[in-house]
Amino acid sequence: MEPDASFAVQMCGIVKEFGAFRALDRVDLAVKRGSIHAVLGENGAGKSTLMNVLYGLYQADEGAIFLNGERVEINSPTDAIAHGIGMVHQHFMLVDNFTVTQNIILGDEACGAAGVLDMRRARESVTRIIDEYGLEVDPDAKIEEISVGQQQRVEILKALYRGADILILDEPTAVLTPQEIERLIKIMRDLAAAGKTIIIITHKLKEIKASSDACTIIRRGAQVGTVSVADVDEGELAERMVGHHVNLVVEKTPAEPGEVVLSIRDLVVRDERGIDAVRGLTLSVRAGEIVGLAGIDGNGQRELVEAITCLTRAASGTVSVKGAEIQNTSVRNVHAHKVATIHEDRQRRGLVLPFSVAENAVLERYREPEFGRRGVLDRDRMRSFADELIRAYDVRPADCADRPASALSGGNQQKVIIAREVSGDPDVLIAVQPTRGLDVGAIEYVHRALVAERDRGTAILLISLELDEVMSVSDTIAVIYNGRITGTFKQGEVDENRLGLLMAGGEA
Amino acid sequence: MKKTRFAKLASVGVAGVLALTLAGCGGGNAASDGSAAAGSSTAGSDYQVSMVTDMGGVNDQSFNQLAWEGLQQLQKDTGIKVGYTESKQESDYATNLDKAVDNEGDLIWGIGFAMADALQTAAKQNPDVSFAIIDNAYPEADLTDNLTGVAFRSQEPSFVVGYIAAMTSETGKVGFVGGMRSDIIDTFEYGYKAGVAYANKESGKNVEVTVQYLESFTDAAKGKAAGQKLYSDGCDVVFQAAGNAGNGVIEAAQDAGKYVIGVDKDQYSQAPDNMLSSALKKVDKAVIEISEKASKGEKIGGQNIELGMSDGAAGISEHHEHMSDEVYETAQDLVTQIKDGKITPPGSEADYDAFVASL
Amino acid sequence: MSSTTQAGGAGRIQRILHKPITAALIAIALGFAVAAALLAAAGYDPGASFAALFDGVLSKPKYISNTVIKAAPIILTGISVAFAFKTGLFNIGAEGQYIAGTVCAVLVGVKLDLPMPLQIPVVVLAGVAGGAAVGAITGALKARFGIHEVITAIMLNWTMLYVNNFVANSAAYHRPSSTASLPVNPSSFTTILPEWKVSDAGLEALRQVPWLYDFLVKTDVNIAFAVAVLVAAGIWFVLYRSKLGYELRAVGFSRDAAEFAGMPVGRNTLIAMTIAGAVSGLAGALMVTGIEPHSISTLAGFENYGFNGFSVALIAGSSPIGCIFAGLLFGGLLYGGQSVQMAVGAPTDIINIMIGTIVFFVALARVVPLLADRLERRRAQKRGAQHA
Repeated sequence: MEPDASFAVQMCGIVKEFGAFRALDRVDLAVKRGSIHAVLGENGAGKSTLMNVLYGLYQADEGAIFLNGERVEINSPTDAIAHGIGMVHQHFMLVDNFTVTQNIILGDEACGAAGVLDMRRARESVTRIIDEYGLEVDPDAKIEEISVGQQQRVEILKALYRGADILILDEPTAVLTPQEIERLIKIMRDLAAAGKTIIIITHKLKEIKASSDACTIIRRGAQVGTVSVADVDEGELAERMVGHHVNLVVEKTPAEPGEVVLSIRDLVVRDERGIDAVRGLTLSVRAGEIVGLAGIDGNGQRELVEAITCLTRAASGTVSVKGAEIQNTSVRNVHAHKVATIHEDRQRRGLVLPFSVAENAVLERYREPEFGRRGVLDRDRMRSFADELIRAYDVRPADCADRPASALSGGNQQKVIIAREVSGDPDVLIAVQPTRGLDVGAIEYVHRALVAERDRGTAILLISLELDEVMSVSDTIAVIYNGRITGTFKQGEVDENRLGLLMAGGEA
Repeated sequence: MKKTRFAKLASVGVAGVLALTLAGCGGGNAASDGSAAAGSSTAGSDYQVSMVTDMGGVNDQSFNQLAWEGLQQLQKDTGIKVGYTESKQESDYATNLDKAVDNEGDLIWGIGFAMADALQTAAKQNPDVSFAIIDNAYPEADLTDNLTGVAFRSQEPSFVVGYIAAMTSETGKVGFVGGMRSDIIDTFEYGYKAGVAYANKESGKNVEVTVQYLESFTDAAKGKAAGQKLYSDGCDVVFQAAGNAGNGVIEAAQDAGKYVIGVDKDQYSQAPDNMLSSALKKVDKAVIEISEKASKGEKIGGQNIELGMSDGAAGISEHHEHMSDEVYETAQDLVTQIKDGKITPPGSEADYDAFVASL
Repeated sequence: MSSTTQAGGAGRIQRILHKPITAALIAIALGFAVAAALLAAAGYDPGASFAALFDGVLSKPKYISNTVIKAAPIILTGISVAFAFKTGLFNIGAEGQYIAGTVCAVLVGVKLDLPMPLQIPVVVLAGVAGGAAVGAITGALKARFGIHEVITAIMLNWTMLYVNNFVANSAAYHRPSSTASLPVNPSSFTTILPEWKVSDAGLEALRQVPWLYDFLVKTDVNIAFAVAVLVAAGIWFVLYRSKLGYELRAVGFSRDAAEFAGMPVGRNTLIAMTIAGAVSGLAGALMVTGIEPHSISTLAGFENYGFNGFSVALIAGSSPIGCIFAGLLFGGLLYGGQSVQMAVGAPTDIINIMIGTIVFFVALARVVPLLADRLERRRAQKRGAQHA
């Protein structure tokens, strides 16, 4: 690749290694000035690493970076900012009880004589930038008072305030409602029109189609190619990202719901600070039905799950399974009522990572006589049981029974968990973020497994922050906002916009 | 999993094997090498004296250190070979004594009465080697032919410092802090009390002695608390015979700006402004003298040897700037009288009662 | 990883460097090297010193016997620490649990005088119970109130030291004119042939067989090492073959996952600390019953049985079976160190520094594979540069 001044950013032959692991292998990236350029790849493909190299958080082992045709050395974020590069991280770095203006100027305070902070001048320039790009934030509001979408705008403002011409957005839509996503895409377009160059890291195909001009696809640390977004459809993008054909639509027959199996009534759960997080939630799930709970993170989902699984006490209300109340008993009692849970944090809660796959396979069942009598483990039976699960769920590598769970990929770890949870023929399956961090192929697999379990007659409660997932997998969709259910719909009876409004606390 | 565990196990195993192999190569001539390295002897004496410390270690600022200094002096003067081992745990006593025997020791010292049993057992097991202990007198029945108990007439220096304490006290109250009641500590207490009584008699004073026991030879904090109590009760001189715990009393004296009397070795340097005097057990002298006798073939075993001022194995500190010249001169005179046998300080309660009655 | 195959020789070196056994050997070699440098710097002949060291461990049957005797208690405290570590707990309280074991053995063994086959189990179990109780306090405080076990264990170590001193000086147990307690009754002795071997008949008989005389009479040969090996095997079985051990390890690796799987995390903490305490207490009981003077005495500071156990567990990589070998190595160094002192006059401090260095490098052993990786990378870069 030759240096070319028409490109705002050119990264040539970037190599980055962590120990013996080659995270980036001669990756090229060229971004036209004033365009929106997506970097697409599965989790762990190396897209964030590439952007961290550009932002100076990592130094490349090989390769060169050109900005506007000029060779540059970027050894730290300070260098990056000096070269007009700004980055908005997935997790915001804002001080909650500071105002918008204070946050924006933090670390780059405009000082008058004798080091006195000139707030008036600072506020003026912040207001000017807000107006210039139509970013619509109250410069005097405190961060804790404004919405997540607005907070993201503050992050963008921070970058612009520091004179960024190139903006890197890392998974910017993960925390947003559909309305906010739309809003963000418009802001990105305005910024591009004003001459800014925008690089967006994502694995969401729909958003790339909606926002970007070009897209560079990275697979396993290597660059697969750069395409003009207008020329390809989502299926093609997915195929190039994964390396083989994927089915983006969840195939299933209409649900045939039976009796109510899981019934939650007027449930109140407090979070660790003692504040009500679940506030009188009522919800029921029938046998052979997938109920999807849509909602933005932090609206009581975690506390709800912890109360159902008896990790936390419910302050009031009931959780019953087939008529028997299980709230405030014990985790074991919940298991005894045939409630299985796929926890959102599989590495912390779902698996004992240093344990072998065989040991993990019996994590909830080792006490059963099947796995050993008189307190002694029957290791042969554990192994054969694990092998059954591994075969049935196509966990790879196939001979992993004696390997530590930590040696498996995320997708295979999740397969082990699902296999284990489903192996006890549960009546209720709680699936929390079951596809988080998985690649497209694994997601497809998990969704198929959920549908298969539904067809077996299990009552499934799916809790996900991915609205697409909720909408495509669920038979019934419930929206959780501020600890309550604010709407319940049959699949296909509701569109994304309406759900988005409810998720953001609007009236349906 | 299995594999890594095995590897871990094997690594430890091989570590052991490595040690064994290395040992195999280095063995053989080590013993002779070792003793040659230890002796810088010119006289070519074959006599080997070893000592085993108690848990205090060789730098304990007390008996062990004095004994080792004595042995080093002995080596310098006579060319006798010397060596030591330190005990870190009680169970080390027996094995260290055993090692000392194997190192061709002819005379082996155990320092401190805590080692009395271990030394007795070792003597029984090794009839060809002489054993001697500092600060313990064995009952007749326990004394084998190769075992020597060395005790000090601590009542003698205690008597003299008792006199000095009484003569220096302005409040008319002096204190005594003992580690734990035992025959040995009794010699300090009653010697000291007798010295005070003697001073009262001679000068017509009426100085009282307050006695405190710590139930510890190690706990300096207890020593300090006891010292503070005595000083605040009006004592202006305290004599401490409590090992490490006694250091707490010295600290209390420094805090209170009062006098304290050192024990066993000259503790002047620990508190030059407060150390009135020290009652000395000259362990180094004792070790030298008895070792030398043994090396010349004199029989030392089968008996308890009691050493005192007349043997040069007990005395008081030369530092005397905190007392009047007159008192110091009288003290020197008392030392002479004790050496000459004109005064016999009491070392037990019964003797003390008799002594006071005879005044 | 696959890149290692590119250069045969370099790959082999790298593979060797990746083996834990290599790391352990390098650690031990470095420990000796540092000690040699120190000895030389202090004016002692390192060769003669090491010769004396190994000679003092292996040149006579009784030395080997003594090494084994000295290794036994630290093998046990090592297992105690290793076991706790496998269950996610840091048993710095092994020292106090050990002391509790000695104290309880004395409390019972001095007053009780049953026939030997009854007396020994009763006295030993008293020590085990003492250690277990101290461990249980730490475990209960952690399980119930979440107080970190290191804090309570350190405080309990000192508490037990003073309890020990209190008992040694109490009217009922103090041995007059000593700093020690009364010895336990001879019926409690776990020494092998304790009475016969020092009787006149015994001595006479044994003199005929010099090595046996050496072995039996000159040392306190006792059952502790055999017990330690059994305990190591038993603890291994509990950890890796029993359901309890499965639970305990699950809690140790991931409290969150164990809790989510329905395991009683708090109860397991209590059980784990109780077992760890029992093993340390056993070490204490066997010391009192097996080794002269069969009593406790006033302690000025710790005798380090528990803390040495920590080093043993570290060298052993927390493997209970590994603790046997690590304990023997450690015991040998401690015991052989005394010979260095006697033979060349070098202070034991140097031996202690050597032991410390070995432990230090074992702790650093995981650095060796990392260094190997770096070596490989540099070589790869150089190759890349040549190609370019």
